[in-house]
Amino acid sequence: MKRERPRLRDRMSKPRGGFAGFRSRLRSRGKLDDETWDELEETLLLADVGAPMTAMLLEQVKARAAAEKVRDADALPALLEEAIAEALHAGADRSLRRAASGPSAWVLVGVNGVGKTTTIAKLAAREVDDGRRVLLAAADTFRAAAADQLVHWAERLGVEIVRAQEGADPGSVAFDALEASVSRGVDVVLVDTAGRLHTKTNLMEELKKVLRIVERTPGALQEVLLVLDATTGQNGLTQARQFTEAAGVTGVVLTKLDGTAKGGIVLAIEAELGVPVKLVGLGEAAEDLVDFDPAEFAAALVGADEANEETG
Amino acid sequence: MFDALSDRFDGIFKKLRGKGKLSDADVDAVAREIRLALLEADVHVAVVKRFVSEIKERAVGEEVTKSLTPGQQVIKIVHDELVAVLGGATGKLKGGSATPTVVMLAGLQGSGKTTVAAKLARHLEKEGKRVLLVAADLQRPAAVEQLRVLGERAGVPVFSEATDPVAVARAGVEEARRLGRNVVVLDTAGRIQIDADLMDELARMRDAVKPDDALLVLDAMTGQEAVNVAQTFAATLPLTGVVLTKLDGDARGGAALSLKEVTGLPIVFAGTGEKLDAFEAFHPDRMASRILGMGDVLTLIEKAEETFDVEQAARTEEKMRKGEFTLEDFLEQMQQMKKMGPIQNIIGMLPGMPKELRDAEIDEGELGRVEAIIRSMTPAERRDTHLINGSRRARIAAGSGRTTAQVNAVLKQFAGVQKMMKQLTKGGKKGRRGMQMPGMPGLS
Repeated sequence: MKRERPRLRDRMSKPRGGFAGFRSRLRSRGKLDDETWDELEETLLLADVGAPMTAMLLEQVKARAAAEKVRDADALPALLEEAIAEALHAGADRSLRRAASGPSAWVLVGVNGVGKTTTIAKLAAREVDDGRRVLLAAADTFRAAAADQLVHWAERLGVEIVRAQEGADPGSVAFDALEASVSRGVDVVLVDTAGRLHTKTNLMEELKKVLRIVERTPGALQEVLLVLDATTGQNGLTQARQFTEAAGVTGVVLTKLDGTAKGGIVLAIEAELGVPVKLVGLGEAAEDLVDFDPAEFAAALVGADEANEETG
Repeated sequence: MFDALSDRFDGIFKKLRGKGKLSDADVDAVAREIRLALLEADVHVAVVKRFVSEIKERAVGEEVTKSLTPGQQVIKIVHDELVAVLGGATGKLKGGSATPTVVMLAGLQGSGKTTVAAKLARHLEKEGKRVLLVAADLQRPAAVEQLRVLGERAGVPVFSEATDPVAVARAGVEEARRLGRNVVVLDTAGRIQIDADLMDELARMRDAVKPDDALLVLDAMTGQEAVNVAQTFAATLPLTGVVLTKLDGDARGGAALSLKEVTGLPIVFAGTGEKLDAFEAFHPDRMASRILGMGDVLTLIEKAEETFDVEQAARTEEKMRKGEFTLEDFLEQMQQMKKMGPIQNIIGMLPGMPKELRDAEIDEGELGRVEAIIRSMTPAERRDTHLINGSRRARIAAGSGRTTAQVNAVLKQFAGVQKMMKQLTKGGKKGRRGMQMPGMPGLS
């Protein structure tokens, strides 16, 4: 029944990004010198890891290299992989939370254009595959035709949907969706919200209101998922901060990881905010939404197990 | 953002004070901060590297002239360079001679193409053009519907058909000709630059409509990936410019700089909000300040340059060193300060001002009252406060509408300032060049 899911490192390492090139350059260099560290720094920065996090990771790798008396540059990727996996709280619980009884509401939030609606469709497909009853709540009443987009998915997946007119109160959509879910015995309610820049106070207030309405059904609100585009740079951390403060984000969905973008900003997000990445989007197809695996992600970033590839 | 950066710079400025020329070490220290600022703004690593080394070359040995501090001089150099790189004609399409002219939009998923299409159409209609929007994004569910709704809001007709994107594009241009519309704005599906099939489709659309303008739509929040994106799209389409979207957020938008450096394409328009008229010509100067995350400091430098009389500053400095700073000089300085705007704003802009002072409510009226007191003195009294005896104090109080006690307070505070200045300038032969900031009476 279940569709084959792609592996993160297979998708991320194609085409070869900076890290793969870094690997082969290291191999040709051999000894550890300043240039090696510069190159390592540059490669992390190119993956959008950000200057502060890069400095922290480099320090850790340096300390470890010194402690273990590493002289060969070839040993660095493994050390870096370890440091990255640690920054990612390797042991964190990344499963999606479910209510003990009654519907589980997962609310998707994020700035404009990150792929919230598409992620909802993929999530719905996953849940339907697992035999659960799913309802979509089209609470993005702002973007023109956003609800139409979701209706299209609901029809394709054969799931229920609650929608309202464009410009309607998103809170009322959430209210109707929760009420319908309780009475119809729905397992998972996926709430799509309008994209909003985290700097717009009134829109963040509107989001809070939607969440308050979901919370009126006791035990229903299980996940507030921040959808983050992997091409996002350092502003991703600011987004995560603001959405966490306003909406109590419980997890991150990293989308569009199928290009050459690495989404390195999630390292800073996990380190600073402790919000775990739960899912990653690796392509257009429904099965391309997969669970996040820190070790896989670290390996894909560093490219430690890749054979003699050319400079990327 | 600004607070953090200005505090960081403050440490460097302290070390730089009192130097006439920028040394290697000065420039290195500031260059490190510039590098971090650019990286934090998502400027591409390779671009940062090149940029910083160029700046260093230019800045070392530069005479520190009108600026506030040597550190700020470096920042000014960086800012000017940024504006130069980002600059060029903006807000204008290349256009063409055939009718209709065709503007094609392309970009990654979620960069804002459909919204830009409607905004651009409205913008062109305002310029008197007759626009047809063509919806060739048949990929994303309801994308055509979205453009129809937006087109209606913008009062611009929308064409689409359920065939394939290349056919829609071709038919759209035909339709524009038939309807007598003179510009076609062509919306295309978002695509990731490594998707060979979709990039090929883009190439076929290009061949079908021969666009006069091909604009890359890019999210201002884009990180290091911006360069890859721009290079690949530029290899497929004859790009004529970039539209930077979501600039109403707080992303620093360093991708703009990377794009300019790598592709040389002009950034034509900026999307600045959800509403259809939140669309404007791109401003290189604003963008430069934004990338550096220090718009305020630069504004201050510019204001100071505009208003500050260098000769006078040198005279004041000389006087301070000799301990000859008088109330007359103080009054002059107050006038200079006032020209720069409300004191509260200036203090907010100054790096290194203690937070308490930055947040303090400053009573501009109080400063005005101090000024009134000083202005009620005779020039001789201003030059030598020892002249001011009891009866003169009473006259000054009456003249300025204050009490004798308040006149006394100003005099006492000024005596304190004078004493402090003597101590400060006694050691060093040469004080910090530029604006001097004596403690101001009247600040609580």
